[in-house]
Amino acid sequence: MKLVAVTSCPTGIAHTYMAAEALEQAAKNAGHELVVETQGAAGAEALSPEQIAAAGAVVFAADVEVRGKERFAGKPTVIGSVKRGINDADGLVREALEAAAGVAPAAPAQAPPPRAPQALGFASRLRQWLMTGVSYMIPFVAAGGILIALSFVIGGAEIAAVVNGGTYEGTEHAGISDLSQLWSQAGLAGIMFKIGATAFEMLVPILAGFIAFGMADRMGIAPGVVGGLLAVAIGAGFLGGLVAGLLAGAVTMALKKIKVPRGVAGVMPVVVIPLLSVFTVGLLMIVVFGPPIAGVQSGLTEWLDGLAGVNAVLLGALLGAMMGFDLGGPVNKVAYLFGTGALVSGNLTVMAAVMVAGMVPPLGLALATLVRRALFSQAERQAGEAAWLLGLSFITEGAIPFAAADLFRVIPATVAGGATAGAVSMAFGATLRAPHGGIWVIGLIGNPLGYLVALVAGSLVTTGVVVAAKHVGRRTATPEAAAARQPVAA
Amino acid sequence: MTTGFPPTTPSPSAPALITADLVDLDLTGADRHEATGSLLARLVKQGRVTDAEGFLADVRAREEQMPTGIEGGIGIPHARSEHVTEPTLAFGRCTAGVDFGAADGPADLIFLIAAPAGGGQEHMKVLSSLARRLVHQSFRDALRAASSPDAVVELVQKEVLGR
Repeated sequence: MKLVAVTSCPTGIAHTYMAAEALEQAAKNAGHELVVETQGAAGAEALSPEQIAAAGAVVFAADVEVRGKERFAGKPTVIGSVKRGINDADGLVREALEAAAGVAPAAPAQAPPPRAPQALGFASRLRQWLMTGVSYMIPFVAAGGILIALSFVIGGAEIAAVVNGGTYEGTEHAGISDLSQLWSQAGLAGIMFKIGATAFEMLVPILAGFIAFGMADRMGIAPGVVGGLLAVAIGAGFLGGLVAGLLAGAVTMALKKIKVPRGVAGVMPVVVIPLLSVFTVGLLMIVVFGPPIAGVQSGLTEWLDGLAGVNAVLLGALLGAMMGFDLGGPVNKVAYLFGTGALVSGNLTVMAAVMVAGMVPPLGLALATLVRRALFSQAERQAGEAAWLLGLSFITEGAIPFAAADLFRVIPATVAGGATAGAVSMAFGATLRAPHGGIWVIGLIGNPLGYLVALVAGSLVTTGVVVAAKHVGRRTATPEAAAARQPVAA
Repeated sequence: MTTGFPPTTPSPSAPALITADLVDLDLTGADRHEATGSLLARLVKQGRVTDAEGFLADVRAREEQMPTGIEGGIGIPHARSEHVTEPTLAFGRCTAGVDFGAADGPADLIFLIAAPAGGGQEHMKVLSSLARRLVHQSFRDALRAASSPDAVVELVQKEVLGR
C-alpha cells in the first residue's frame, strides 16, 4: 500500500522532521511505502499530484494548519498531533491502512470523514485561531499607524480634519472626498494620512477574516472579512471583529461537515458554502449584534450627559476606563465623542483626560513587552515596537493586537491604566484645545507637566496589571496543557 | 515557511554543528528552565548566541505552545531566533532526569537546538537531518553510552552529517 503524509510544527526545525522519520520507519516496518511532505523551515518539497493520486490514505501529523489541504480532498485521512506522529507512528500508520481498506478504490465518495483532531485542547486551539488573525493584522496596524503618526508630525494634527472634514481649533474643514485633489490641497501629509487611515479600515476585516481562515481554511476568509466589515459598519470595533471571525469560522466548519450527494458536492465549495456562510454571518452581525450595540451607545451617551455635575476626577476616571475598554470600539467612541462635545462647548479638561487615556494602552503594553519579554509571543513583541509611536500619537488601536490575542488579561490592564490617566489628568486640571494629535500637539496642552504625569502614571498601571495578569494565567495554564497531552499518550 | 533568503551553502570552514565544548555529560537542573539555561550558557560562551535572555524568551515561547518532550526520555528545547549566529546543537545528559512534559516521564537526553531566524535552507537541512536521527533508538542508545564529549561529537557528525 502507498501512503502519503504531511508533518508540521510551530517552529519547523525539530518535531516536523522527527515525525516524518518516525512515520516513514513505521510504514517501512509494516511493509508499506509512505512519502512525507515536511512543511518545516528547510522548505517543503511538495508531494506530486501523482504521489497523492497513488496513495491509499493520507496522514496529517500537524500542530499548525496543513497548507494545501484541498489537494487531498476525498482521500481517506487520519489526523493526529505532530507528537503522536513521533510517539505513536505505528498507530497512525495502522489507522491509515484501516481507513484505506475501508474504501473501495472505485467509490471515493464513500470515504469516511476525516477524524477531528483531538490532540489540542479547545483553549489552545482558540488561542491559535486568534493568533492567526492577529499575526495577519499586525502589518496593517504598524503600516497604517506609523503613516498616520508621521502625517501628524509633518502636517500637524489638523491634517485629519483637513482630509476627513471637521472642526479643528475653531476652523471648519470641508474634507477632501476627491482623491485626485488630495495632493494639491493637503500635500504629502494628507496623502500619508489617507493611506494610513485606509490601512486602518482593514484592521477589523483582516482580523476577522484570518481568524476564520485559521479555523476553516480558505473557505473561512469570505464570511470572516464580510463579517468584519459589517462589525465596523455597526460600530462594534475589534470586539465585534473577534465575534465575526469566530462566528464565520464556526459556520464554515459546520457547513463543510454537511454530507451531500456526490452530484452536488462539486458546487458546495464554489457556490453553496460561500453563499450560506457570508449570508448567515452578515445577517447575525446586522440583525442580532447591530441593534444592541447602537442601544448601548445611545444609553451610555445619555448617561454621561446626565453626569454633568459629577466630581471631575471621577468623570476623568470613568471616561479613561471607557477609552481603554474596547480600544476604538463602541464604548471608546462614546467617551471620545463626549470629549470632543465638551471641547466644542469650551470645556478643555475633559478632552485632555480623554486623549491621555487613549494614549496609555499602546504605551503601557509596549513597555510590558520590554520589561517582561518572555510573557509575549514574537508577534506581540513586534507589535510592541510599533506601539510606542502609535501610543504617543493617540492611536489607541496600537493595543488591539495584544487585546485580540489575550482579551481577558489585556482589557483589565488598559481599563485600569486609562482610568488612572484620566483621573490624574483631571486632578491636575490639564487642558487640550485639539481633538487629537497625541504628543505632537503638546503646544496646545495646558499644564503639560501634569498631562505627562498622567500619561506616565497610566502607562505604568497598564504595564503592572498586564504583567501580573499574565503571571496569574500561567499557573492555571499548566493543567490545561497536561489535559491537552492526554490523547497523545492514549 | 520560506524565509525569503537565498539558499546558502555552508562553506567548509563553517563552524561545526556541535563541538565538545557544547556537550555536558553531567547536566543538572531542577527543572527544564534550569537545564536549558545551563546548556544555553555553553552556547553563549562559544559565541553561538548573542543575547542569552532574548534567546531564552524565544525558547520559552516555543515551550508554551506545546511541551517539547518526546517519549523515550528526550527533551528538545529549541527556537529559531534572531539572537543565534549559527545553527547549533548543545547536548546534555542528565541521569536524574528533567521533566520536559513528555507523557511517559522525565527526559535524560536533552538537545538544545538553536537556529538563526533568517537561516538559509542549507542550514535548516542540517538541523532537519539531526531531528530525523533523534527518533532512532540506536542513536539514542549510542548517546547514552558515549564515554566522553568527543565521542558524542563524533557520533553526531557521523550520524547526522555522514562524515
